[in-house]
Amino acid sequence: MKILSNSFHKLATAAALSAALLATAGSARAEEDTIKVGVLHSLSGTMAISETTLKDTMLMLIDEQNKKGGLLGKKLEAVVVDPASNWPLFAEKARELLTKDKVASIFGCWTSVSRKSVLPVIEELNGILFYPVQYEGEESSKNVFYTGAAPNQQAIPAVDYLMNDLKVERWILAGTDYVYPRTTNKILEAYLKAKGVKEKDIMINYTPFGHSDWQSIVADIKKFGSAGKKTAVVSTINGDANIPFYKELGNQGVSAQDIPVVAFSVGEEELSGMDTKPLVGHLAAWNYFMSVDTTKNAAFIQQWKDYIKNPKRVTNDPMEAHYIGFNMWVKAVEKAGTTDPDAVQKALIGVEFPNLTGGIAKMLPNHHISKPVLIGEIQDDGQFVTVWQTNKVVDGDAWSDYLPESKPIIADWTAPISCGNYNTKTKKCSGQNY
Amino acid sequence: MNFLKQDKTYASVLMALAAVTLIIPFCNLITSADSPLHFSAYSVSLIGKYLCFALLGLSLDMVWGYAGILVLGQGAFFALGGYAMGMYLMRQIGTRGVYGNPELPDFMVFLNWSELPWYWYGFENFGFAMLMVFLAPGILAFVFGWLAFRSRVTGVYLSIITQALTYALLLAFFRNEMGFGGNNGLTDFKDILGFNIQSEAVRSMMLLLTGSSLIGALLLCRWIVGSKLGRVVTAIRDQESRVRFLGYRVELFKLWVFVFAAMLAGLAGALYVPQVGIINPSEFSPLNSLEIVIWVAVGGRGTLYGAIIGAVLVNYAKTVLTGLMPDAWLFCLGGAFILVTLLLPDGIVGLLHRRIKPNLTLNASGEQPA
Amino acid sequence: MTTNHFENDLKTLPISEPVAGSLRRNGAVFKSLLPQTWATLWLMFFLAFCVNAAAQETADTLPQPLEQLRIGSMAEREQAIEQLGEDGRNLKLLQALQDGQLMDWKADSRLVIASESAKGYNLRDPFDGKAVLADVERDAVGKLNLTNKLRSVLRKAVGGLQLNADSADMRLEAVKAIAKDADDKALQMLRKRLEKERDAAVLAAIQEALWLQDINSDDKPARLAAIEALKNINNQSAYNRLRELAEPDAVADPEVAAQAKAAVKKIESRLQNYAAIETVFFGLSLGAVLVLASIGLAITFGVMGVINMAHGELMMLGAYTTYVMQQLLPNYLGTALILSIPMAFLVAALVGVAIERGIIRFLYGRPLETLLATFGVSLFLQQSVRSIFSPLNRSVSTPDWMSGSWQINDFLSLTWNRFYILVFCLLVFTALLQILKRTKLGLEVRAVAQNRGMAKAMGIPTARVDAMTFGLGSGIAGVAGVALSQITNVGPNLGQAYIVDSFMVVVFGGVGNLFGTLVAGFSLGIANKFLEPYAGAVLAKILVLVFIILFIQKKPRGLFPQKGRAADG
Repeated sequence: MKILSNSFHKLATAAALSAALLATAGSARAEEDTIKVGVLHSLSGTMAISETTLKDTMLMLIDEQNKKGGLLGKKLEAVVVDPASNWPLFAEKARELLTKDKVASIFGCWTSVSRKSVLPVIEELNGILFYPVQYEGEESSKNVFYTGAAPNQQAIPAVDYLMNDLKVERWILAGTDYVYPRTTNKILEAYLKAKGVKEKDIMINYTPFGHSDWQSIVADIKKFGSAGKKTAVVSTINGDANIPFYKELGNQGVSAQDIPVVAFSVGEEELSGMDTKPLVGHLAAWNYFMSVDTTKNAAFIQQWKDYIKNPKRVTNDPMEAHYIGFNMWVKAVEKAGTTDPDAVQKALIGVEFPNLTGGIAKMLPNHHISKPVLIGEIQDDGQFVTVWQTNKVVDGDAWSDYLPESKPIIADWTAPISCGNYNTKTKKCSGQNY
Repeated sequence: MNFLKQDKTYASVLMALAAVTLIIPFCNLITSADSPLHFSAYSVSLIGKYLCFALLGLSLDMVWGYAGILVLGQGAFFALGGYAMGMYLMRQIGTRGVYGNPELPDFMVFLNWSELPWYWYGFENFGFAMLMVFLAPGILAFVFGWLAFRSRVTGVYLSIITQALTYALLLAFFRNEMGFGGNNGLTDFKDILGFNIQSEAVRSMMLLLTGSSLIGALLLCRWIVGSKLGRVVTAIRDQESRVRFLGYRVELFKLWVFVFAAMLAGLAGALYVPQVGIINPSEFSPLNSLEIVIWVAVGGRGTLYGAIIGAVLVNYAKTVLTGLMPDAWLFCLGGAFILVTLLLPDGIVGLLHRRIKPNLTLNASGEQPA
Repeated sequence: MTTNHFENDLKTLPISEPVAGSLRRNGAVFKSLLPQTWATLWLMFFLAFCVNAAAQETADTLPQPLEQLRIGSMAEREQAIEQLGEDGRNLKLLQALQDGQLMDWKADSRLVIASESAKGYNLRDPFDGKAVLADVERDAVGKLNLTNKLRSVLRKAVGGLQLNADSADMRLEAVKAIAKDADDKALQMLRKRLEKERDAAVLAAIQEALWLQDINSDDKPARLAAIEALKNINNQSAYNRLRELAEPDAVADPEVAAQAKAAVKKIESRLQNYAAIETVFFGLSLGAVLVLASIGLAITFGVMGVINMAHGELMMLGAYTTYVMQQLLPNYLGTALILSIPMAFLVAALVGVAIERGIIRFLYGRPLETLLATFGVSLFLQQSVRSIFSPLNRSVSTPDWMSGSWQINDFLSLTWNRFYILVFCLLVFTALLQILKRTKLGLEVRAVAQNRGMAKAMGIPTARVDAMTFGLGSGIAGVAGVALSQITNVGPNLGQAYIVDSFMVVVFGGVGNLFGTLVAGFSLGIANKFLEPYAGAVLAKILVLVFIILFIQKKPRGLFPQKGRAADG
C-alpha cells in the first residue's frame, strides 16, 4: 500500500475516472410540473426501420394532447431514448426511464425479445408499458398493456377467410425463425388439423432474420402449390426478408391468383419501401388499414401528414395501436385522477376508445384490447382493399385455446383472480414477480 | 507489485476500480433508499455492466495486445459463458414459470419439448454451471485454436475465421431447435443461489463480485505478461518466425493465451447475465465482437488497463449519447472512432502518458522496458 | 359467406356521406371503395329479395357495363367484365384493365387507356387504344382496383376474346389462360377452335388441354392415347392428373394404372434433371451476388490490405443512387437503372477517394487501425443515410425486362433478374480484370501492391495510385449496390447484411487474388444451394461457415494463395 504516498497525479486520475462512473448515479430530480411519458423505440440498428415511425407517432399524440390542455392540468413531456435495437439495452433504458426520468408510463418495444427483456424491469419497478405490435400471445403481465393483435385477432380469422372464401386446401406456413412465427404456426397447425386438414397438406418452413436468397424456398412453394389443390401461404416472415421474398415469388411466376400469400407483418409502411408490382393481389390481415374510409381515420391521416410534413407518409396498424393505447392511458389517468401506476393500471381495465376503423376498442381484464379484424388485398399504390372483415370486434386472447398447455390458462387482472396466468385446472397462479 | 511504481496509471486505475467496487455496495448497504449517498438500482446495474465489459475488453487485450492475435469473435466466448450462467438461472426458476412446469423452461414447454435435452443436465447445480462458464468457452477456444495455430493460420485469415466462428454460432443459437430459447434467449430469471436476483443486496453483491473479479483479473494478467511466459508471447507478437527458430513451440504459447482469454471472456459473460437479466443470440453477432476491438483500440492496446478505460468510456458515452441525442449519437460515436485512430494512435492511455510524461516515448505496444 | 359479412358490416361501419357524394371521390387513390360497395350491394340484395319477379326490369335499370366497371362495386365489376367479355370489340379495354392501364378519367367521368408520359399520363380511347384524348397530370386519373377474383374472371374473359384473334401468339396465350382450369364451356370453345386452327403451337396447346380431359374419360383407347401423349410433355397439370391415376386403387383398369405409373416415372426422371439444373442456377446466382458484394473488397482489402468495414455502406450508397436516379426519371425506370451503374460507380468512388485521402492514407502499415477508422466511417454513413432518406426502406422498382422468368417449360424456368445479375457479375469481373491487366493504372496498382518502396523508386506516384485503387474498389462496391437494389431492401442496414459474407469470400478465395474471389463466390453459392434442400437455409449456412473454418486450417492462405514476396506482407 505504498502507492497511496505516490504522486498526486494518479489520485486526480482516479477521481476523474470514478467521477465518470458515478455521474450516471446522480439522478436529476424530475421537475414536478410536467407528466413524463417514456418513448422506448429503437432509432438506430436493425429495428429503426419500423420503430422510428412509432416514436414520431408518440410525439405527435403527446403534442396533440398538450394542445388540448395537457393532462390533469399539467403538460405532457416526452422522454425519447434510443435502445439501438440492442435487447439488453432495452432493459437498461427502461430502468433509466423509470428511475431517472420517473416517467408515468412507457410506450415502446417492437420485437418480442425486446419486450421480454424489458418485462422484469417494468414488473420490478411497477411501471406501465404499452406494447403496440401484433405478437404471439402466451403472456399477460400486470404492467404491460398489449394494444397489438393477439394470434386470435389476426392469424385465425385470416385462415378462416382463406379456407371459407378462397377454398384453400393446402397450406404453407412460412416464417422467420423466432418466437412469434413459431407460436403462430403452432396455433395455426393445431387449428387446421382440428378443421380436418391432413398433415401432408401442411408445409412449414423457417428462415433466419433478413434472409435474402429465397430461390430454393420459392421453388419449393411452387412445387407444393402445383399439386392441383388450391394452396395458400400464411406468412409470418419478418421485416427485411419480405422484399426479396415477394420479388422472388413474382419473378418465379407465382401470382396471387394461383398461390395467394397472406402476411401478418406487411403493412402500409413496409409497402411504401417496396416495389409493389410483385405484391399486387396478395393479402394481409390487420386490425387497421389506412384505406378504411371513416371520418376519424381521415382526420388521423391528415394529422399525421401535417405533423411529419410529408404528404406521402402512410399510417399503419401499430400506429393505430399506439393511438388507441395512448388515448386509453389518458382516459385512465383522468379517471384515476393521478398517474400513480397502481391506480392507472386498475383504471385502464374497462376503458373504451373508438377505433379508427369504426367500432369501439375496450381494454379487457387480460390487458389485451378488442379489435376488428380486416383482410385486405395489396394494390399497386401500396394500399389495401378490404376484402373481408369481422362483423364485430374480436376480444384479444392472451392464452391460445388451440395449444394444449395454455388451454387451461387464463389472464384476469381483476379481483379475485388478479393473475396473468391463472390455471383454471389447478387453480394456481405461478411465477409472478410481485 | 513493482509495476505499480513504474506505471502510475496502473495504480490509478486499480484505485478507481477498488473505489467503485467497495464504495457503492457499502453505501447501498448502510444507507436508506432516499439518502443522497444511495445509488439507485439503475446506476448499480449500469456500472456492473460497464465492469463486465471492461473484463471482456481486458480478455481481448491479452490475446490481441500481447499475443498479437486479432480475434474478431471474442464475443462468442463471452456469450457462451453468459449462456452457461443463463442456463443455471433458468433451472432455478423451477415451477415458477408461466406454465408451472417443474422441469422444463417455459420456451421448451411452448415448443412441445417433452424432456430436458441432455446438454441441460447438471445446470441446476451452481458449481457445475460455474465450471461450464469456464469450460464451454475454454474447450471451444482450445479446439479452434489448436486447429488454427497448428496449421499456422495467421493475420487477417485468423481474424476472419474467428468472425466466421461467432457468426456460425449466432445462426446456430438463433435456431429454436437448438434448445437455447432461439431469438428470445434466456430471460425472466428469478433467483441466484436462493437470493432474489432483483433485490438490492444481490445487485450490490454482483457489483462487488464483478469489481473484484476485474481487479483480480487485471493483476493476474499483469503478472502473466510480466512472467517469462508473457515475454515469450510478446516476442511471438513482434517476430513470430524468429521465436520459432529459437526453439519455442509458438502454437502452444498462442493456444495458451487464446484459451485463457476465452475463459476470462466467459467469466465476464457469466457476471453480465444476472445483471442485465437476459442473454440472447445477438451477443454472438460479429458487430458486437468488433465493438470489443474498438474499446481496446480506443483505450490503448497492449496496456491491459487501457482496455478497461476504453470499455468503460465507450459504453459510458453510448449510455449518455443514446439518451441525450437519440437521432445523432451514431455520428458522435463514428466520428470519435475516426478521430481516436487518427489523432491518438496509442489510444487514450497514450494521451495520458504523453500528458503525464511528455518526454516518454512508447513503443508500439505501449509497454515500457522493464 | 361473403355476402353475410358485407351485410353485417353495414351496421358497424358508418356511411358518412350520401352515396352520390362518395362516388365522385371514388377514383382518388387513397380512398377505399368500401362504403359505396356495401351500399350498392345492399341495394342489390334488396332488389333481388323483394322484387324477385321483376328481375328482368332491374337488369335494364342497372347502369351499362362500362359505368358499372368504372364506379361499381367489386361484385358489379365482376358482372361487367363478364358482360364485356361477350363482345370482341372490348378486347383492348379488357387487356388494358388486366395490365393496370385502364383508368377513370375524373374530369370526363369515363374510362380511358392511360400510358405513362413525361407529364403524367397519356390518355387514349379505350376501344381502339390509339386515338389520343389528352395528356394529363398523374392525379387527373384514378386507377381501377382489382381483386384476385376479378383478375381470374378477367383472365378468362380476355382469353375467350383472344381465342379468335389474328395473331398466333395471342391465341396461344388465350388457350393457356382458358386451359388453366377449364370448365365445359371452355372445352367447347377449345374444341371449336381446334377445327379452325392452323398454327402448330396453338394446335399443340389445344391438343394438350383436350388430352388432359381425355385422361379421365370413359373411353379406354382415348384414355390410353392421352396418357401416352402426355408422358412426353412437360405439363404440370398433366403430371398432377397422372399422379392421381398412378395412386393405388385410383382406377379399376390395370392397364390404365400401369400405363399411368410408367408415365409418372418417366416424367419424374425428367423432373430430377430439371431440379438439378435449377439448383445449379440458384447456386450460380447466389454466387454472383456474393462475388459482386466481395469483388470491391477483394481490391481494397485484398490488394491494398485495408480492412474496410465501410465496404457494405459503399454498396448501400450505390443502392441509394439507384433510388435517387429512379426518382429523377420516374417514367424511365429501366433507363434510370442503366444510368445508375456509372452514377453509382462515381458516387461510391468519390466517397472512397475521400475516405482514403481523409483517413486511410494516415494509417498505411497499420491495417488494424484501418478497421477501427472505417468502422467509424460505416456508422457515420449509415446514420447519414438515415437522416437524409429516413430510416425506412426505399422502394426501387424493377423494370419490366428484368421481372418475370424465362419459362423454358412448365417445370423449368429461370428468373430474369437473377440471370441478368449473373451476366452483370461476369461483366464487372471481366472489366475489372482488364483494368488491372491492361491499363497503366492497373500496372501501377499491381506494382504498388507488390513492392511499394520499389514502385516509388521507379517514379510511380504511390499516393495517387492508392487513392485511385481505393476509389476503384469503392466504385465497384457501388456498382454491386445497384445490382443488390434489384433483389433486396434498399435501407440503411443493407451494407451490414453483406459485410461478413464478403470478407469470408475474399479470405476463402485467397487475399489478393481476384480470380480466387470469383471461384470462391460461385463455389460457396452452389454448395449452399445444394445443401439447402437437405439441411434447411440456416443449417446450410452454418455448414458452409464451418467448412470455411476447416478449409482455412488446411490451406491457411485460401484457395489461391499469393506467391512471392507480397505473401509475407
